[in-house]
Amino acid sequence: MTPGSAQGTGVGPARGDAAGSVPGVAESPAPGAGVGTFGAAALIMRRELRLSFRRPEHLVQPLVFFLIITTLFPLGLSLQLSQLRDMAPGVLWGAALLSSLLSLDALFKSDADDGTLEQLALSGQGLTVIVIAKTLAHWLVTGAALVLVSPLVATALDIPASAFALMMSSLALGTLTLSWLGSIGAALTVGLKRGNVLISLIVLPLAMPLLIFGASATERAISGTSAAGPLYLLTALCVLTTTLAPFAASAALKISLD
Amino acid sequence: MDGLSVERIHVWRGERHLLRGVSFALAPGQLLQVSGPNGAGKSTLLRAVCGLTRPEQGEVRWGGTPIAAVRESFLAQLAYAAHEPALKGDLTALENLHFAVSLRRRADTAELGSCLERTGVGSCAELAARILSAGQRRRVALARVLALRAPLWVLDEPFANLDAAGAGMLSAILREHVEAGGAALVVAHHELAVGIATRRLELAP
Repeated sequence: MTPGSAQGTGVGPARGDAAGSVPGVAESPAPGAGVGTFGAAALIMRRELRLSFRRPEHLVQPLVFFLIITTLFPLGLSLQLSQLRDMAPGVLWGAALLSSLLSLDALFKSDADDGTLEQLALSGQGLTVIVIAKTLAHWLVTGAALVLVSPLVATALDIPASAFALMMSSLALGTLTLSWLGSIGAALTVGLKRGNVLISLIVLPLAMPLLIFGASATERAISGTSAAGPLYLLTALCVLTTTLAPFAASAALKISLD
Repeated sequence: MDGLSVERIHVWRGERHLLRGVSFALAPGQLLQVSGPNGAGKSTLLRAVCGLTRPEQGEVRWGGTPIAAVRESFLAQLAYAAHEPALKGDLTALENLHFAVSLRRRADTAELGSCLERTGVGSCAELAARILSAGQRRRVALARVLALRAPLWVLDEPFANLDAAGAGMLSAILREHVEAGGAALVVAHHELAVGIATRRLELAP
């Protein structure tokens, strides 16, 4: 038979120290023993990233979408170079927001569909920790990846290299804020069959300030004037959503799980 | 009192009054089988016991205290296997187990491997859960229940998709668990041939 059955206990088959006591049942782990909140968050993030890298097509999809939209505009409009530069911030930001919205509906839905979300909720870790870890992991594979390829797109849109640093930091703030907003939308629509459209309806109006301030920060960076104002506002929105969205999303998730 | 007690819980699903005052107690070393026709609310009862569904009326208690008040320590002692195996298809069987256990305590790969051996899927440890058959996925889910080392098992139709040998394996595991002082709440449609005293809770449609 199997090695486990030789030990004669279905609870802790591999344990050699079974003498006399009942392994597992007698010494069940104390609450929260072993894994702290940060450890759990790191574990969940690692799992999310591993899952993303096992499915490279999901990883590449938002990036390709981003590249395609931003190259279609100049091709379709046959603009003068100076006009292109005027349009660049809006095109860049619109494309960035849309492409990071693309994969948002899967944030909790894939886990909810296969039942692993229930297992996560019963793991003894708070839903807030789960929301934070999953959202950050999502941002790393979409938002942060978009930020990294944005210089490529910016070059195609004739944005000067001197504006790259500001553009990238504003994009990083904007996409992170969007991921937090999206986590609320994804948590609210997790139980729905076609939550995809609903997420866009919930998140896009909230994302309008991001588009406005983000594009304006990039525009100022291109023209060489101070972008401090819009950048501060973007930072404020990012801090606001980072602190509040996890609670809103976990409350929504709790309702959806019921 | 020790163990789990469910006191007159009522659960509505929309307009449907699914659970109408269900009560039972489950002490350590006991096995309780829940049965009833499809749609009688068996899965809902199990979800309510785990705290996933909040009953509109009544109380689920662990050691005499409502589970909401001792949520962390209750969850640390609970292993729940839903009707679906709840595995990530892109992770291997072992990775699935490793993740589930690591969220609670330090996971020991050798121990997880022997849990998979015990449920008869030791050879599938390094295979992606996606390519396993329904029966094999069920076995991996049961290995996770073993690996959690929890005193309270809540299993929703664990015999589904299992072949005769698998059903025998599960019966043996259940017997060992209960004889070792664990408690088990199991949804099953057929007579359990576990070889120990089994109480039965029949849910009316």
